Amino acid sequence: MSEIEMKELEAIFDQKIANDEKIEPKDWMPEKYRKTHIRQISQHAHSEIVGMLPEGNWITRAPSLRRKVALLAKVQDEAGHGLYLYSACETLGVTREELYEQLHSGEAKYSSIFNYPTVTWADMGAIGWLVDGAAIINQVPLTATSFGPYARAMVRVCKEESFHQRQGFEIMMTLASGTQEQKDMAQDALNRWWWPSLMMLGPTDAESVHTEQSMKWKLKRKTNDELRQQFIDQTVPQAELIGLTIPDPNLKWNEETKRYDFGALDWDEFWQVVKGHGPCNKARMDARKNAWSKGEWVRDAAMAYAEKQELKLETA
Amino acid sequence: MKNWPLWEVFVRSKNGLEHRHCGSLHASDATMALENARDVYTRRMEGVSIWVVPSKEITASNPDDSAELFDPAKDKAYRHPTFYELPEELKHM
Ligand SMILES: [Fe+2]
Ligand SMILES: [Fe+2]
Repeated sequence: MSEIEMKELEAIFDQKIANDEKIEPKDWMPEKYRKTHIRQISQHAHSEIVGMLPEGNWITRAPSLRRKVALLAKVQDEAGHGLYLYSACETLGVTREELYEQLHSGEAKYSSIFNYPTVTWADMGAIGWLVDGAAIINQVPLTATSFGPYARAMVRVCKEESFHQRQGFEIMMTLASGTQEQKDMAQDALNRWWWPSLMMLGPTDAESVHTEQSMKWKLKRKTNDELRQQFIDQTVPQAELIGLTIPDPNLKWNEETKRYDFGALDWDEFWQVVKGHGPCNKARMDARKNAWSKGEWVRDAAMAYAEKQELKLETA
Repeated sequence: MKNWPLWEVFVRSKNGLEHRHCGSLHASDATMALENARDVYTRRMEGVSIWVVPSKEITASNPDDSAELFDPAKDKAYRHPTFYELPEELKHM
């Protein structure tokens, strides 16, 4: 293909997206679009899968049957989200095994929030309320993204997320109205999860490398800083409602902008965790790699059984 | 060893409606594909019936042939009821 032809195809492609038409897997697309989407969708999928680990930690120790079935269902949903996203990603011509390999080798990233430990039951509340809350803010605009399979997966995901946030908030609310010890536990969880949740919405706009291209392809509608502000504005009143304090001495309502002003984020910590030096990076990766390698004989046995059955059918 | 093949999943959300494509998954055989489809795509009563089809068995039209395949229908307005001019007085036709 000549360069001029390529430019023409790209112009038609850009116009399609600008007109809110969807791109489907077999349509022509620029190589950069394919690569960017494989990267973003797979990292999203990895985050859902790794995201099961911190909460899985508490399923057996949930304080009541009601809490246990809810947490179990929530974690099962995250597995589902990972699977919707992996299959959307595979439509771009990458295999599931390649995607796992990228995760296990550290080539692909996942949301760094999942590298923090879950040390008390209140962490289940804080994660549902804050981490899923921030995820919803990130994900809702993606239901209108340009790549059809990604947009459709996100519609399913978003439908399921709101229960996640509510069950988390209910846990926090219950603890916050309990004994002093329970209230302290809730406050401690909020203290630990607040800043990492704000960082989940991505680096500040000044440091974000992909924003312009991502806006064009509708992988993004608002900038990271806008999303962060939205998250803070919606979450602060929720904390007040249940009598918990946001751990930011500089947090203040701004009458002029009608938004909250807030303190500086510790981006050094963020980049440390992204680079693999968070409290649980190694534990998370070990868990994923072990699950894959120790499950190999099961995958092989299932395949061998399927082939045997097939053969029986053919010779019968 | 060999990787589990890919299956396309179609779900009928309730009787009276058609099965609709809702995604894909990996499974070693059809039975496992059905079970996995139940867990992945119908956790909230989204379906009353599931089809699974090996992805490799699907023949899809190529978007490059779209013009050839679908454009001929564009200039056949006479296939639509609005093409026909009828007297104003005529109702319910
Ligand atoms: Fe999720
Ligand atoms: Fe969630």
